[in-house]
Amino acid sequence: MAEITYRQALHDTLREELLRDENVFLVGEEIGVFEGSYKITAGLLKEFGPKRVVDTPIVENGFVGMATGAAMLGLRPIVEIMTINFIVLAMDQIVNHAAKIYSMFGGQCPIPLVIRTPGGGGQQLAATHSQNLEVWFAHVPGLKVVAPSSPADAKGLLRTSVRDNNPVIFLENLALYNIKGGVPDGDYMVPIGKAQVTKEGSDLTVISYSRMSAVALDVARRMEEENKLSIEVVDLRSLRPLDYETILNSVRKTNRVIVFEEDWRSYGVGAEIAALIQEYAFDDLDAPIKRVASLEVPLPYSKPLELATLTGAKQLVESINEIAPRRRRSQS
Amino acid sequence: MDTRKQKQSDGQSASSVRDRTSAALPQGEDRNTLINYYHQMLLIRRFEEKSGEMYTRARIGGYCHLNLGEEATVVGFCAGLEPEDYVYTNYREHGYAIGRGIPPKAVMAELFGKETGVSHGRGGSMHLFDLKRHFMGGYGIVGGQLPLATGAGFALAYRGSSEIVACQMGDGTTNTGAFHESLNLARIYNLPVVYFVVNNLYGMGLRVEQGSAVSELYRKACAYNMQSWRVDGNDVLAVRDAVRKAAELARDQHEPSLLEAVSYRFRGHSVVDPDRYRDKEEVQHGRDEDPVRAFASRLLAAGVLDEQSLQEIDAQVQREVDEAVKFADESPDPPVEQFMQGLEEYVYAPDTAEQKGN
Repeated sequence: MAEITYRQALHDTLREELLRDENVFLVGEEIGVFEGSYKITAGLLKEFGPKRVVDTPIVENGFVGMATGAAMLGLRPIVEIMTINFIVLAMDQIVNHAAKIYSMFGGQCPIPLVIRTPGGGGQQLAATHSQNLEVWFAHVPGLKVVAPSSPADAKGLLRTSVRDNNPVIFLENLALYNIKGGVPDGDYMVPIGKAQVTKEGSDLTVISYSRMSAVALDVARRMEEENKLSIEVVDLRSLRPLDYETILNSVRKTNRVIVFEEDWRSYGVGAEIAALIQEYAFDDLDAPIKRVASLEVPLPYSKPLELATLTGAKQLVESINEIAPRRRRSQS
Repeated sequence: MDTRKQKQSDGQSASSVRDRTSAALPQGEDRNTLINYYHQMLLIRRFEEKSGEMYTRARIGGYCHLNLGEEATVVGFCAGLEPEDYVYTNYREHGYAIGRGIPPKAVMAELFGKETGVSHGRGGSMHLFDLKRHFMGGYGIVGGQLPLATGAGFALAYRGSSEIVACQMGDGTTNTGAFHESLNLARIYNLPVVYFVVNNLYGMGLRVEQGSAVSELYRKACAYNMQSWRVDGNDVLAVRDAVRKAAELARDQHEPSLLEAVSYRFRGHSVVDPDRYRDKEEVQHGRDEDPVRAFASRLLAAGVLDEQSLQEIDAQVQREVDEAVKFADESPDPPVEQFMQGLEEYVYAPDTAEQKGN
């Protein structure tokens, strides 16, 4: 098991998939000559050439549709959208076409397509470059949505996504690219639709995904040391399909739940999970479910305002202290 | 104004219906092929008339857009391609599906929403699809099929295949971003795609010149350094030849091109459209130019057909359409219970062994 960054895990997996299957190709803006805005594809044009690593002009709807059309004929495109904000330009091709073609035409034509894109704020990129739009996609039947929080999951989920016969939105996060972690060697795969308990605990559960899942794990470890709180962390890994079983098992065990997400709170992942829990595990709850999310404003540029807007460890700690069993709450 | 009377790019004016009716057939045309074109055109005419009727009798739901008046364009387009070529169309595609060899009964069954429909009742009028005939879909979102067709062309080029892609669209599509993005992509990657614009002079109710800064739509291709032509969409042979030329360019030189067929729809945008925005005289003029009748006259004048064989074809077509309706009518609905129990299978393509790892 090697200790590498999330970026390296993505890069290496792309390379391995290009080597493994001639039908796999990469397509997107600035992924070739420029080597990727975030350098995920560094060196791949040189190694595989312009047939397999395709630079596109700035036409998100055009090249996402082009990739979808290529997938209709059996190729396995991996699209990079420079940031999730630009995916808005491609919504027609994703929602009206990639997500529909298999079912709408009576199951004749699978769409083996991966769309990789980073979301997330915190880099002073302001309102149009800092969004988390994953719920738009998680809402749509026909798409799968995954959001790895560690280098190992980045590798395992990317491999599985490339080999899936359906369109997968593969959500990355700008603030995760440089984090390091152990990554299993070889043909390591993480199934889509399976959450992972990244830390066992008994007092309460924090459910999260992507970068906030990594933050939750840090907070949980710290609070266990400092406050003797035993916090379970569930990393969703996939937003569609959602792993009901792992979520509900954790609720039945701890009876208290916080959903922690970087996106806006209304109609968010937390709303979905809270609804799910009250439908299937209402009697197991000892406290109302809490949603910890970012403030509902377009993200400001100013650093103090940006910090005030985005949710993070501080907000999570406050919420944990609000709903933890009384005997366990910190005295501060 | 009749756009068909405008000067063409090559300096020749489009033929009028009188020219077409009396025009001698080109040398070397195969008699049976010509008869087959006529058969196809008449089949689409009668099929679409019947579709309109079935819609008003509530046997067909949703939207229903007919190819009435566009038969020469449709049949010429299909005839200009090889059987293995890939076709993408918009939502006015019943005729194209039939023209590409999908049995009329499978099309009618789809319009009826039946399990035996070409998309198993899941798509309806706007979403006909037949993978084995490389009929890659009718698409209901204006412009949606263009990036997809471009991608199919990309896949063919990627594999070095000899097939090409032909992508039909309406005039209104040429104003969308998807049109411009797709043409640009096809040209920079040299993809084997023929973009085929059916200019029936109206995008729903909006006249072409009101919606497009350039009303000779084929000229838009020059922005992408792409060859383009305008052709008389009422002349099946002219359309076929133009499609063939564009297809050869795509096949032999991997060069995309744009073809504009000027046509006219006999009825409103869809079956429920009362068509109040078009001048009555203009509509009458359009119907006078009836491409099916014109082609029949031309075949008669050339001695390819006589009155008796015309009547035989008419009777044969009528039988085919009646059979299609009977088949659609008697076919079962998709099974609801099976659907409810298998939503996952309905929405998502199954795993393969590869996906599960070693």
